[in-house]
Amino acid sequence: MASAASKSTAPIASDETVPEAVVVRFAGDSGDGMQLTGGQFTLSTALAGNDLATFPDFPAEIRAPQGTLFGVSAFQINFGSSDITTAGDAPDILIAMNPAALKTNVTDLKAGGLIIADTGEFNDRNLAKAKYETNPLEDGSLARWQVLAFDISALTLESVKPFGLGNKEALRSKNMWTLGLALWLFDRSREPIIDWLKAKFAKAPEIADANIAALNAGHAYGETAELAVPLRQLHLPPAPAQEGLYRTITGAEAISLGLVAGAQLANLPMFFGGYPITPASAILHHLSRLKEYDVTTFQAEDEIAAIASAIGASYAGSLGVTSSSGPGIALKGEAMGLAIMTELPLVIVNSQRGGPSTGLPTKTEQSDLYQAVYGRNGDAPMPVLAARSPADAFDVAIEACRIAIQYMTPVMILTDGYIANAAEPWQVPDMASYEPFEARFLEEMPEGGLKPYSRNEKLARPWIKPGTPDLMHRIGGIEKEVNTGHINYGAANHQAMTELRRDKVQGIAKGLKQDVAIGEAAGKLAVVGWGSTFGPIHQAVRRARRKGHDVAHIHIRHIWPLPENLGDLLKGYEQILVPEMNTGQLKTVLRDQYLVDAKPLNKISGQPFRIAEIEAAIEGMLA
Amino acid sequence: MNDMTTVTRERVETTLKDWETDQEVRWCPGCGDYAILKAVQRTLPQLGADPKNTVFVSGIGCSSRFPYYVESYGFHTIHGRAPAVATGIKLANPQLDVWLVTGDGDGLSIGGNHTMHILRRNLDCQILLFNNEIYGLTKGQYSPTSREGTRSPSTPYGSIDRPAKPAAFALGSGARFIARAYDVAKQLPDVLTAAYNHKGAAFVEIFQNCIVYNKDVFADFTEKKNSDEGQLWVEDGKPMLFSKGTKGITLDREALALKVVDVVDGDWQAAGVIVHDVTNRSVAHMLVEMPFGLFPMALGVLYDDPAASFEQAVEEQHARLAAGKTPDLQKLVSQGQTWTVGAREETDAANAGSAGSGPEL
Repeated sequence: MASAASKSTAPIASDETVPEAVVVRFAGDSGDGMQLTGGQFTLSTALAGNDLATFPDFPAEIRAPQGTLFGVSAFQINFGSSDITTAGDAPDILIAMNPAALKTNVTDLKAGGLIIADTGEFNDRNLAKAKYETNPLEDGSLARWQVLAFDISALTLESVKPFGLGNKEALRSKNMWTLGLALWLFDRSREPIIDWLKAKFAKAPEIADANIAALNAGHAYGETAELAVPLRQLHLPPAPAQEGLYRTITGAEAISLGLVAGAQLANLPMFFGGYPITPASAILHHLSRLKEYDVTTFQAEDEIAAIASAIGASYAGSLGVTSSSGPGIALKGEAMGLAIMTELPLVIVNSQRGGPSTGLPTKTEQSDLYQAVYGRNGDAPMPVLAARSPADAFDVAIEACRIAIQYMTPVMILTDGYIANAAEPWQVPDMASYEPFEARFLEEMPEGGLKPYSRNEKLARPWIKPGTPDLMHRIGGIEKEVNTGHINYGAANHQAMTELRRDKVQGIAKGLKQDVAIGEAAGKLAVVGWGSTFGPIHQAVRRARRKGHDVAHIHIRHIWPLPENLGDLLKGYEQILVPEMNTGQLKTVLRDQYLVDAKPLNKISGQPFRIAEIEAAIEGMLA
Repeated sequence: MNDMTTVTRERVETTLKDWETDQEVRWCPGCGDYAILKAVQRTLPQLGADPKNTVFVSGIGCSSRFPYYVESYGFHTIHGRAPAVATGIKLANPQLDVWLVTGDGDGLSIGGNHTMHILRRNLDCQILLFNNEIYGLTKGQYSPTSREGTRSPSTPYGSIDRPAKPAAFALGSGARFIARAYDVAKQLPDVLTAAYNHKGAAFVEIFQNCIVYNKDVFADFTEKKNSDEGQLWVEDGKPMLFSKGTKGITLDREALALKVVDVVDGDWQAAGVIVHDVTNRSVAHMLVEMPFGLFPMALGVLYDDPAASFEQAVEEQHARLAAGKTPDLQKLVSQGQTWTVGAREETDAANAGSAGSGPEL
């Protein structure tokens, strides 16, 4: 398998070779519709059969002041004919809709890469806002790159003239003009985008027509214009993929679908309590449309009410689910303790973002691992799972539902802003291949009387719904007596109950086997990751192995409890490297659990790792 | 009343004993909570309530130990959050009778936000707020309902912030049922019955005597010797009379305020005494704001005007939107724009839109 980003070259190369992969970044003002453009380009890429990964990067402000550096919104896509697992280290092509977009993004562009810029926006006012003293399109400062600059604004206005729109309205179609050019560049069909525009603007056909005209004009421009640089059309053949039905999916979609599937496999109605927070809200949005799947969504008054209502619903026999991001998860902490104490199933999704406090709402980070594993009062053990990619989030969500129900425990899923927003192709799974795990309720008085805190072989207590005859009982956050569940402050009882809660959660590790994603089960170096660093670690380890290095990639899904063989596995390597988008949280847990000399590689910039950064660290350790 | 606001439950025959648990009651001897517990346990059989369908939910505080002593389902949750837990319970199973037991600290301080929202949404449940104007379980600090100047461990020189008025707060939050009583009042079962029969959130403030930290703080109207002058028990369709019928409440039309008038020879009409209409929200606002001292304490059902309840609205929307749709997991995961590898054909090209959509803030 070839590395995506390393072999790609700018598509303006004069030789006739077709690159295996190309990285394109669309950048513009947050009002320019760059996320929409990127989303549609993604769709077109998927339909062309290329493998892909995307990275939407946008400001926290909904409409930051126009033309400013902090108002730039970008969407990067890496696509090609081979296995793609990251959004790419550096773009081959940068589409800059204004000076601010150019300034904030151009330094990432590969040497020799192509800049497509809208000269119509490079006026004195916008140049000043972007803090350019001279026009970079004219002053030679972009000499390292190829520049294709023309007045996209004027061309767009010209193309939508027949529709009688106002200037401002007409300029809104700029992104579709640009998309049209990009579609031409990569030999893509316009039909799906046209269909999408017609559906989106069904109530305003003139807007649909204007956008379609702009799209067509951009496409035609590529075909007919004599461009300043010899722009060559590229057709990247489809990536080899397993036969089957595919779609693109974002992490937020995958989590939502996985939760629905999990509840269905358990034969339970799902109750979702949520409170709006970036980047977790998308899950609430998706689930609120799925009423026929017995999903009740409740937008609560705050994060605490969101989890508390989910706990109430679990108590009453639904699968309670709540979701948030770091600050909201912090607010839910006390209620998680209640779910642990009352031993009720609950799934908590944490779409991590940069912290602490409000931090970086729209940027990605993996800094809530401590919070997930340790962040509650008392000895409060709780299983924690992490998704490695948008598509992986589907299976992780199902696994979380299974553990919650079978072990009568809250479970936290860790994703992050990158996984939540990024899209990738997903082979639609055959739902019949998933083993159901039907929830069982205690419905009759057991022999020997009712003992709400008795235990089965998994140490789980019985789930008893209110409404069940004869089994009335009381639960709560005060320490429970072993078996009876009565209030009990006794010393020996608290010791016993604390150990039971610990052993129950530890028991989940039984039979959990950590595999090695790439490489051998022992050797010189293991690169151990979790969550969304999967893509860059995977590619970096591949590259290093191609150079002959003895290095393996281990990626952990079960963060707590850790798989039972992990300690022995890690001890088979001379060195361990743990790349994380935090200051070393999994590293600390691994050191603590196994007394291994795990070395950290940390990136806390709100941006995903680049492959090259991890590759350099690997070579450094093996040098 | 229409279908949206009528309570229809099957009667189950029980006795007071059926509602007692084997747990030792752990309130201080003489605590007003004992009287409230007995009143509830006496009322439940009269209501025909079914222990298996009854859930008592509470937060934290002395009052919140209540569920342990009622032989039904019970959930002693965390401080202030009982309304949210109750909302989840009722939405998951609307057939359950949900009783919420809270206090002035639990329901108005740490949980004030949740109290506001459960009332605003109008979740069908009974909310019993035991108001003793003090934090009992944490040993006597002043609470959000404590009167100005309350001396407590945390306010040794007297509290300086103004108290919240639970009934006014509830009404302001949109409650459709407001009642008031006190722990040993013989009318308490009647008030509880009215609350139970109200479909929607029924808010009952129960003045409760904390004999350890705030003893006799309500004696000005609860003591026998003060009851005639201090208590105004309102009843729908009846004139607002007190002091054995010698005084009444009238509307000062110029000041647009209530005032006390003397009633001579029982002729309350001549005195202009108001006839209580439980559906009159404006009068309810005035009753909950009546300053005690200048006026008696308004007790009984102050306001009762049912509206569609939250869980019912959720259920109806759910049923409407799910109607005619068959859940098909395979179809669900296959939604959006799909393509097939192998045959390389587009299967659903017309249905574009969801794939690869941008981020939603």
